[in-house]
Amino acid sequence: MRVLYFGILKDIVGRRFSDMDLPEGLSVAELVERHEREKEGSAKVWSSIAVAVNQQYAKPEDVLHDGDEVALLPPVSGGLR
Amino acid sequence: MRVEIVDGVIPAAEIVAGLKAGADGAVCVFDGIVRDNTRGRKTLHLDYEAYREMALEQMRSLANEAVVKFGVRDVALVHRLGRLVVGETSVLVVVASAHRGAAFEACRWLIDTLKRTVPIWKKEQFVDGAIWADGEPFPEGMGAAQASGTVRQSADGEPFPDEIVPGGRA
Repeated sequence: MRVLYFGILKDIVGRRFSDMDLPEGLSVAELVERHEREKEGSAKVWSSIAVAVNQQYAKPEDVLHDGDEVALLPPVSGGLR
Repeated sequence: MRVEIVDGVIPAAEIVAGLKAGADGAVCVFDGIVRDNTRGRKTLHLDYEAYREMALEQMRSLANEAVVKFGVRDVALVHRLGRLVVGETSVLVVVASAHRGAAFEACRWLIDTLKRTVPIWKKEQFVDGAIWADGEPFPEGMGAAQASGTVRQSADGEPFPDEIVPGGRA
């Protein structure tokens, strides 16, 4: 499964995407928890993100499937402040 | 409906002129431009990046929703990516409507919602360093970690493979 990183997450993880082998039945929230445990960056960063699965915002309880395109999205900052 | 993500200059005047039609009594324009400072810190330029396909799809949805929600006739929504300097347009929202009230409301709703939900980020380059701009929190129900406290722990909590840890494991 390909996991994409954007914005500050790309800098924290050090790459734009990872191809990961994930256990069957892993949820979106569990994927975020894994990143929070294994990666650099404060807990605040990981707890504020959203996840898109196949380019749609996903819920924490959504289950990931092989072949999904998953993206981890920090709070967005387009437009102007 | 004109919804685009572009890499070059946004032709604002042309887009506004192109949206007007005989049935309109009002065109409301929001032209978001790069300011020369953030909280007093002098800005050199901004670098915008997007999850491009998703951002475009989200913008299309917002434009459609605005037409339904506010009853306006037509909408243009254009965001620029890449490096922008002070004074340049990063986002343009144009709403055409029979009456001004709906045009103002739809325009305000579009820019406010875009800023919270469309996956675009900006890095601010200052004279003395660069930071990713803080985004506003995602709207209720959109964040991924909100329910993480109540979700069961995954089986073994296997560590990430070495290849995805920056610089490998210590």
